[in-house]
Amino acid sequence: MSEVKEFRLQCPAPVNDSERVQLAHGGGGRRMHELLESLLLPSFGNEALLERHDGATLKIAGAKLAFTTDSYVVRPLFFPGGDIGTLAINGTVNDLAMCGARPLYLSSALILEEGLPMEILRRVVESMRVSAIAAGVQLVTGDTKVVDKGKGDGIFINTAGIGVIEHDILISPKNVRPGDTIILSGDIGRHGIAIMATREGLSFESAIESDCAPLWEPVQALLDAGVEIHCLRDLTRGGISSGLIEIAEASGVRCAITQADVPVLEEVAGACEILGLDPLYLANEGRFAAFVPNDEADRTVQILRQFAVSGDAVRIGNVVDGPAGLVTLRTELGTERVVDMLSGEQLPRIC
Amino acid sequence: MKYLDEYRDPEAARQYAASIRRIVTRPWTIMEICGGQTHSIVKYGIDELLPREITLVHGPGCPVCVTPVELIDKSLQIAARPDVIFCSFGDMLRVPGSNSGVASDLFSVKAAGGDVRIVYSPMDAVQIARQNPDKQVVFFAVGFETTAPANAMSVYAAKQSGVTNYSVLVSHVLVPPAMEAILSSPANCVQGFLAAGHVCTVMGYTEYAPIAVRYRVPIVVTGFEPLDLLQGVYMCVLQLEQGRSEVENQYARSVRREGNRHAQDLIARVFRVVDRKWRGIGGIPQSGLGLADEYAEFDAQNRFGLGDYSAQEDSECISGLIMQGARKPHECSAYGKRCTPDHPLGAPMVSSEGACAAYYRYRRLRTADLPQAGGGSE
Repeated sequence: MSEVKEFRLQCPAPVNDSERVQLAHGGGGRRMHELLESLLLPSFGNEALLERHDGATLKIAGAKLAFTTDSYVVRPLFFPGGDIGTLAINGTVNDLAMCGARPLYLSSALILEEGLPMEILRRVVESMRVSAIAAGVQLVTGDTKVVDKGKGDGIFINTAGIGVIEHDILISPKNVRPGDTIILSGDIGRHGIAIMATREGLSFESAIESDCAPLWEPVQALLDAGVEIHCLRDLTRGGISSGLIEIAEASGVRCAITQADVPVLEEVAGACEILGLDPLYLANEGRFAAFVPNDEADRTVQILRQFAVSGDAVRIGNVVDGPAGLVTLRTELGTERVVDMLSGEQLPRIC
Repeated sequence: MKYLDEYRDPEAARQYAASIRRIVTRPWTIMEICGGQTHSIVKYGIDELLPREITLVHGPGCPVCVTPVELIDKSLQIAARPDVIFCSFGDMLRVPGSNSGVASDLFSVKAAGGDVRIVYSPMDAVQIARQNPDKQVVFFAVGFETTAPANAMSVYAAKQSGVTNYSVLVSHVLVPPAMEAILSSPANCVQGFLAAGHVCTVMGYTEYAPIAVRYRVPIVVTGFEPLDLLQGVYMCVLQLEQGRSEVENQYARSVRREGNRHAQDLIARVFRVVDRKWRGIGGIPQSGLGLADEYAEFDAQNRFGLGDYSAQEDSECISGLIMQGARKPHECSAYGKRCTPDHPLGAPMVSSEGACAAYYRYRRLRTADLPQAGGGSE
C-alpha cells in the first residue's frame, strides 16, 4: 500500500473521500451517484443498465418485460401509514409502473435477525399479502435467511419484480425533451416526515401518515387513454429534487419548476420548518412525476385526478433547453435558484 | 402556513424592495451576521430583489463554520473511543477536521464503528447518559448565544441530578466581539449590520449600542423570513442615508430590549467568557464561552486529557476572508471545483448555513444567465 502511495499524484487538497462505506452512499444523493458511476455502472455496464431507469426494460422472445429490484431496510419497521411490508411490495410495484409495465410477479427475500418476535414477522407478512392483492401482483418465489442477533435490524426485505409492457410508447429519461410539461401526482414529503417523526419520537398535533401506495392504476389509465408519456419517475429517496435532477442529467435538459405549484401538506411544511428540512429532499413512497408533451398536460392531469392516489395531480413546471442537468426553482418571491442534489441525507440544522 | 406565509408574501416583498430602491442614493455594504439569514437570502433570492447599490456580505454567524479545526479534531478523537457515545447536532457531522488523525469527519468515525448520534437537544444527550451509565456521553456544545442556554441547561441538569458520565466539548462563540473584530480590521468594508434575531431573543440588544456608537454603524436586529430581511435592509439603508448609527429592532415579535433574563442567568451560571479561536478568522479575545470553574468537571477536554494542540487549515481555503465579508464564495479559486459540499475544503462549504454551501446549493449560476423559462402554471 505504501509503495503505491508514492506513485500517486499528490493533490494539495485533503480529499475527503472515505475509504469506508458511509450512510450517505445509500442516501439517494450525490454520494450514491458517485458510487454508481465509479464502481457499479463500469463493472456491469450494458444497454439496459445504462438507461438508468427505475427498472430494466428487456425484450425476451417477442415480449417486452420490465425487471427491477429493491431492498428495504427501514427503521422503524412500523410507521404511520405503512410498514416495511407495504413498502417492500409497493416500492417494487412502483418501479415497474414507472417503466410503463403492468406489475405481475414479485420475489421476496427476507433477512431476519435472530430473536425477532414472531408476532412482528406475522404482521409484516400480512401487510405484504394485503399489499400484493391491492397491487394485483403475485409473490411467486422467495428466500429466508436468519442472521445472528445484533447483525441485522429486525427485518431486511429484498423484493424483485417482473412486469409486462403492453404498448409501444418509449418511457425513458432519455426521451424527455424541451417543451415537456412536468406533472406531480400529489403532495410531497409525507413519507420522510412520518419516518423521521417515529424514529426520533417527535410528535405533532396530528400524525403525518406515509403516502405509501401502489401507482400502477393511474399509470395504466394514462396508457389506456393513449397519452404520449415521455418519462415517469417515482420520487423516493432524495425526494423530488433528486428525481428531477437525475432526469435532467440523463436527458441533457433543464427542469424549471415553480415552488408555489408544488403541493406540501401544512403539517409536513410545519414539521420541516421546525426541523430545518426542505420538503424537496424528503422521501415519498406514493408520488411520481410524469413528463408529457405540453399539449397532453391538461388531459394527463384530468386522468390522474380520477384516482385517489393521484387525486391532487398538478403541473409544477416545464422542461426547457439547458444548461443541461439542472433543476431550477422559481421561489415564492419570484426569484429563480438552482435546486442542488444533496450529498447524502438531509441533516437537521443547529438553529 | 399561518405566521410564516405572511412573511413570505411576494407582493409585500416587491413593495419593500421598491421602498428600498426609492430611498437609496449611493452604494452601501451591509453584513447579515447570521448563517440562518444567509441561507434565507440565498434560498429566496432576496439579494436579487435589491437595488444594485446594496451589497449584502455574509458574516461569520454560522456556528458550524467558525468552530476551530482543532476542536473538530478533538471531537474525532473523543468520538472514536470505544467507551464514548458522542452526541451532536446534525450538521456538525460532516465538518472536515485537519485530516491529521484517525478520520476526516464524524461520519467517518461513525462508519468506522464509533457511536456517534444526532440529537435535537442537549437534554437528549443527558438522557442518553442516564440510560448508559457504563459509557461516557459527550455532547458537542457549539453555537452562538442562541444555543448556549440549552447547552448550559444540560450541564446544570447533569450536575443537579448527579449524572457524572456526561460532559460537553464546548466551542461557544459570542456575536459582539466578532462584530468588533470585523469593524476594527483595516480591510473592513461593512457599513451596516443586520444582527441575528435569535441571538438577541436570548441576549437582548443593549450590548450592541456601544458598538453602533463607537464605529458609527447602524445595527438592525433582524429576523429570518424574507420580509424580515427586506425590512431589516430597509431600516438599515434608511439609517445610512440619513447618517444615523443606532440600534433598531426589526424583529420585535420575538426580541425584547433586555432579552430573556432566565436564559442569561443560566448562561452566566454555567459558562464564563473566554478567549476563543474562530475557524478561518483567528483568535478573538473574550469572544467565547467556556465552562465556569464550578462546572469544570463537565469539560470533555479535561476529562479526556486533550490539552493544547494546533492544526493546519487547507491553504487554498479562504473561508476567513469570506466570513469577514472581504470576499464572496465564488471568488475563491477552489469554489465549485475542488471544494464542493461533497468534498468540502473548509467549513463554510459544509453547513447549509455556510455561505459557500448556500451559494453552491442555490446559486451555481446567476438567474440572469438562464435562458427564459416557461415557469409553472401561472
